[in-house]
Parts: sequence; C-alpha cells; structure tokens
Amino acid sequence: MPAMIEADNLTKYYGSLLGIQGLSFQMERGEVLGFLGPNGAGKTTAMRILTGFMPPTSGSARIAGYDVNTQSLEARRHIGYLPETVPLYTEMTVTDYLTYMGTLRGMASKQMAHRIAEVIGVCHLEEYRLTYISKLSKGFRQRVGIAQAILHEPDVLILDEPTIGIDPIQVVETRQLIKGLGGNHTVILSSHILPEVSMVCDRVLIIHEGRVVAIDTPANLSAHLRSTQRIEAEVRGPSAEVMPLLRELNGVQDVRRQGDGLVATYVIEARPGADLREPIATLVVQRGWGLLRLQSVEMSLEEIFLRLTTSEEQ
Amino acid sequence: MRNIWAIAWKETKTYFASPMAYIVGAVFVGITGFFFVDAISVPFPVASVRGFLDRAVLLVMPVWAPIITMRLLAEEQKLGTLELLMTAPVRDYEIVLGKFLATLFIFLGTLLLTLWFVLLLFFFGDPDPLPLLVAYLGFILYGAAALAVGLLASSLSPNQIVAAAVGFGVLLLLTFMQQAADQVKGAASTILGEVALTGHMDDFLRGILSTKDVGYYVSLVALFLFLTVRLVESRRWR
Repeated sequence: MPAMIEADNLTKYYGSLLGIQGLSFQMERGEVLGFLGPNGAGKTTAMRILTGFMPPTSGSARIAGYDVNTQSLEARRHIGYLPETVPLYTEMTVTDYLTYMGTLRGMASKQMAHRIAEVIGVCHLEEYRLTYISKLSKGFRQRVGIAQAILHEPDVLILDEPTIGIDPIQVVETRQLIKGLGGNHTVILSSHILPEVSMVCDRVLIIHEGRVVAIDTPANLSAHLRSTQRIEAEVRGPSAEVMPLLRELNGVQDVRRQGDGLVATYVIEARPGADLREPIATLVVQRGWGLLRLQSVEMSLEEIFLRLTTSEEQ
Repeated sequence: MRNIWAIAWKETKTYFASPMAYIVGAVFVGITGFFFVDAISVPFPVASVRGFLDRAVLLVMPVWAPIITMRLLAEEQKLGTLELLMTAPVRDYEIVLGKFLATLFIFLGTLLLTLWFVLLLFFFGDPDPLPLLVAYLGFILYGAAALAVGLLASSLSPNQIVAAAVGFGVLLLLTFMQQAADQVKGAASTILGEVALTGHMDDFLRGILSTKDVGYYVSLVALFLFLTVRLVESRRWR
C-alpha cells in the first residue's frame, strides 16, 4: 500500500527567510504524527505546503498519491484542514457553515444532512446547531473548526494547534477526539506542548528553526536520548584540573560545569552502556578532591525536547 | 460550476441577511428616485429612464459598487477563511466567479426596486419599451464592470476600507477620463473617450444597442475578473 503522505525534501523560503528546510517523512494510513516545535519553528509552513495553500520553494509532497503542487485539486480532495486561526464565517449558523464547507468539499447533498448530524454529535455541538458562530466561545469555535475538517471523511487530517486557547476540560476531550480519529484518518497535528504530542501521536517530528531535529515514536525518542547517560557529580576541587581529567575518562562525551568556585557540579554525558559512576568516584578520590554527590540523572521528555531544540546554540 | 453557485448563493444570502443590504438599497432607491423626479419635473418631460440612469452612472455607481464588493475578498483574507477556501478542492477562478455572481445578484436585486419608476412611467405616460430595455441592459453591463473593478480592489488587501477606497478611486478615474477626453483633441481624445467608463453609456441611454459598447463592458469585466483571479492566485506565491 502506498504511503498516505509522502514529503520529500520540502524546503520553503520566504524571500531570504527560511521557513522550513529539507523536511522528509512518510506516513501510513491511520497514523497520527505530531509536529512539535517552539513557536515559529516552521510547523505552520509545513502544514500549508502539505495542504496546497502554498507551494514549496523546492521538494515535493504527495497526499494519497497526488502531488500537492501539480495535482493540487486532487490532493486537496483528500484533506481536511484546521488552520491555526480557526477561520469561520461568523455570520453563519453552525449547520449553515458545515453545509457550505461540505458543498465546497464536493459532498453530495443527500449524504450531507446525515453526516452533519454525525459530526455535530462527535464534536458535542448538538445544542449549538442553529447558533450563529459569532455567538460561540473560543472552545466551541474550535470544535466547529474540527467538525468542518472531518466532515467529508478525508483520508488525511491536518490540524494546526488544535488545542490552543481552549479550557483544560475541552483540551482533554479534543485530544481524545483526535486520538479516536487515528485509524480511519491519517492525522498530522502540530503543537508546542510536549505531553500532548506524546499522548496523542504515534510518531513525533521535532522541528526547530525550520529544520527537522528528530522523527521517531515518543517512546523511542526518549529511550534513545535517555540511553545517553547523564551523571551529575558535585566535586570540591580545582575545576581547571577536574574538567580535562573527567573528559579523558573512557566513555565520556561531554562535560559541563555548573557553578563557580571550588565546589561545582559537573554534568557528564556518557555513551550508553558504560556506567561511569565508579570510574568517576575512583578518579576523584585518587586525586584527593572531595566527592560531595554522584548521581545518574534521567532526562524527561521536556528536557529531551529542550535539548534537541537548543543544541545548535550551545 | 457547483462550487461557483455554492459561493454565489452563500454570499448573496449573507448580504441580504445583513441590515446593510436594506440601508444601501434604500439609499440607492432614494438617490435614483430623486434623480428620477428631478428628470421628469421639467416643462416637457420625456417618458424615459435616461434622466435618472444617466446620473446614477455618474454619481451613484462609483460609490455604490465598491461598497458592495469591498467585503467579499478582503474579509476572507482578514478572517483567514481564504486559507480554508484555497485548501478546499475549489479552483481560484471559481472563488472569484462565485463572488462576482453574488455581486451581480445583489445589483440586480437592488435594481429591481427601480422598476417602480418604470411602472410610474407606464402609468402616467407612454414610453417606448425597447429603448427602455436597452437603457437598463446598458446600466446592468456598466454595473457589472464597476463591480468587477470593486472585486479586484477587494482582493488587494485584507482591509475593507482600502478595498473601497481603491475601487472608488479607479472608478472615479475611469469616469473622469470622459471629461479629460473632452478637454483634449485628436487621437488622445479618442483614446481617452474609448477607455472611459461612462462614454459607452451614452448610446445605451439613447436606446441604441451597439456591439462596440457591449464588447467594451464585457471585456472590461473579463479583464478585471482575470486580474482578480491572478491576484488571488498570487496569495499562494507570496
């Protein structure tokens, strides 16, 4: 079976400003992929290219086998899209709006009424069927936005920050809704909230400053990064001597020092597998320095994310 | 085709569901009514619509058309709904044609109200129906051109005021080109006169149907709609 979404080396420049560079990935039917990255990382740019809203500067993408650039119309038939701003015609009622969007998405008028009733149920909008969208709160507008995206049962769903700006209870509901959509639909969602992505998505794609930093399952991602051991050692001793000697230890990849003066904390990154706590203790004791604390530290997903997205500046 | 109708129908409905439709409609009828009364309140009045259509062309439409069109594409850009439209399986020209059709419906709907004046003419006088029809046809063609100009202006920016101002400016320019044509002589005068929006109305209002004038308005509509489609398309490349 061909991939539902194929992105091949997508690059977009706004003038000389980089939007996204070298984005490549593939998705099978039923997968949920999360775009994770800080604001301005290029998530929206990537989504706009995939939805055919704007063409990439170079590279190509296929949705359900159709090129988003040269077979745009065909590709767009397979997409349901919720832009970040949740654009809605506020002067229409919920039902009118959904009918309009359904018509534009090429739905037959016979199935429309039935399907609209269905999505209104799925998105818990029953009471607001005939309410003008201008009267709806932010959270309900978000639901209307999701309703229009899933209305025509698209193969591919692209949701830009679907849970931003809605209250915590609705956030939970929305996440469950999206999770439930995977399986039938291939879903891409973007977020800058890490727990959300790891909760909802099968795979995570981390973008930073327009570049893909990592793409993997949340479990693998943390396992991979956790497997590089991190040890914190608080040592009393002259740092000018401590640093180089720690670096020389077999298996050490990086040493950073936190704090000044005679007592400092050294953060040691080690290759996976090697437990360096003993060699470090031996070294410190041999040299006659004071070993005040020695600890192996686990990185949380937040840290992994931070580390991945800030590594370039360091 | 289905998309064009869907968009046209939605826009027409939205327009007539807003109070603006009735205010703008009332103003239109009020002003043209004043021109109508003014035109027949002379010692030997002529039973024709020329008197009020003539001045509606000069004084009403350059303002009225941009007011009708300013919302159509500017608001879509401002609300971001254009992104939704452009990522739906809808062709760019379908968006533009749908919107244009809606403005035509609104225009014709408003124009229906002026048929009251025509009824009065038939009641109190004995007008020749054919020239009357030709005059109305001309006015509709002229209106279509003005609306196409307005639609182009609306595609330029997300700001409705900008859209209205640009539309008004362009229409005014095209209108006053006629005055400019009268000031100069020779080829320049001919060119200016042919390009001007209003000169082509004279024959229509006299009841003369000429292909040249029909062609002028139709090509003006085509040109401005084409440019509008291009501008909407260019959103993808900017």
